[in-house]
Amino acid sequence: MPEPFRVILFIIFVMAFAGLNAAYLVWCERKGAGHIQRRIGPKEVGPYGLLQPIADGIKLMTKQLFLPKGVDPILFMVAPLMVMVPAIMSFCVIPFSEIFVAREINIGLLMIFAFASVNVLGLLLGSWGSANKYAVIAGARCVSQNVAYEIPMLITTITMVMVTNTMNLNEIVRLQDGWFWHWYVFRLDISLLMPVAFLIFFVCSLAETNRAPFDMAEAESELIAGTYTEYPGMGFGVFFMGEYANIVIGCALTTILFLGGWQSPIPLDFSGFLGVIWGLFWFLLKLYALIFTVIWIRWTYPRTQFYELLNLSWKVLIPFSLFNLILTALQIKIFPWL
Amino acid sequence: MSGYFKELISGTKSLFIGLGITGKYFFEPVVTLQYPHEYLEMTPRYRGHIELIPDEETGEPKCVACGMCEKGCPSGCISVKGEKRKGVKGKVLTKYILNFTTCSLCGQCVESCKFDALRFSLDYNLASQRKEDFIYDLIKRLKEKS
Repeated sequence: MPEPFRVILFIIFVMAFAGLNAAYLVWCERKGAGHIQRRIGPKEVGPYGLLQPIADGIKLMTKQLFLPKGVDPILFMVAPLMVMVPAIMSFCVIPFSEIFVAREINIGLLMIFAFASVNVLGLLLGSWGSANKYAVIAGARCVSQNVAYEIPMLITTITMVMVTNTMNLNEIVRLQDGWFWHWYVFRLDISLLMPVAFLIFFVCSLAETNRAPFDMAEAESELIAGTYTEYPGMGFGVFFMGEYANIVIGCALTTILFLGGWQSPIPLDFSGFLGVIWGLFWFLLKLYALIFTVIWIRWTYPRTQFYELLNLSWKVLIPFSLFNLILTALQIKIFPWL
Repeated sequence: MSGYFKELISGTKSLFIGLGITGKYFFEPVVTLQYPHEYLEMTPRYRGHIELIPDEETGEPKCVACGMCEKGCPSGCISVKGEKRKGVKGKVLTKYILNFTTCSLCGQCVESCKFDALRFSLDYNLASQRKEDFIYDLIKRLKEKS
């Protein structure tokens, strides 16, 4: 297959994947919330409520895109796209399987982080542009939260790059070949704090995507809907799709860096088409297990207070990730043969 | 410094305990009632609108049409009619209409009934958009129920 054709096909796949994921993760979220609270959740629209996301989508699309008085029209319209588009772009370097990746580039990890930092800009512009005091408060919180959590996340990522010696995501996965104890989360011989690094990374990706218990951007009990307060119809819908796409990116990155990406837990490799499916299966299994954990966490913990959220980052996550960085550097220096 | 680590460890532990509880709930059966599809039987002391008590042998209402409930009703929402029939002791009930739109469920009718022929029903799904739906013919209702 010619290369440009393959890339275009993949981009179409990625956009469909991101859209469907956003729709059906909402369904999963509501079902998960239901069962955790011992209810059923959506069940009326279609079997098991499976058509609910489509009904919601149609409802959002038929609503008027109303511009409230006093908003900055350009910022207001651009902001949802600035959340959604970078998330979709990031999918282009995520290896779903060894050859199932749009572009295997050497700085894939860097590219994802570069795009991930645009997310908060979108939220900030959206809240500033909507000329609403609650939205502005949410925007300010959002920025300080993202600044606080990007630091431990990036320090942990630097640690991982130090270990793997590459920023190519596919290469990082290839290094975790073999039994499941070769996955980086279990590699205590590289760094004694590897499971802690995994936890730090996961918590930071929760905070970066503004998920509960860190959903300061929304905080409906105190800020109505935070950044999304003034957004009607699909403006809100695109924000939501972006949020869920970001969750998928965060969980995919955690899977790739710590849980061996598309590697199966036992060294059993197939070649050809079956190999692609085998890798895809393991990648998606790990990805959705993490996403389920994200949903599970959301419906377990209440929203943290804002200063506690910052305390957690500055007092716990950053010192631990720095310590982990030094420890890993020492271990790599002392035992270079590992 | 030791307080910092102690708090960190106990805090992390409590977070995992919380996850355990919700995780357990996730797999437990649901406790909610799917209301429009499922109904709950009301408790025996629920005060719905009144209904006639049937005689256990004949299935006919025990009411003798004495009219005490009609007299006792402060809102005047009950109207009872009876007639004398040959071979039957007392009166026979021919009509028992309850206008539920003005009833306040005070229970004076049930109190004043000396023949133990009235009680509160357990019906609660009574929504309607038409006023006429709340004029109940209790004899008809009794026959429909049995």
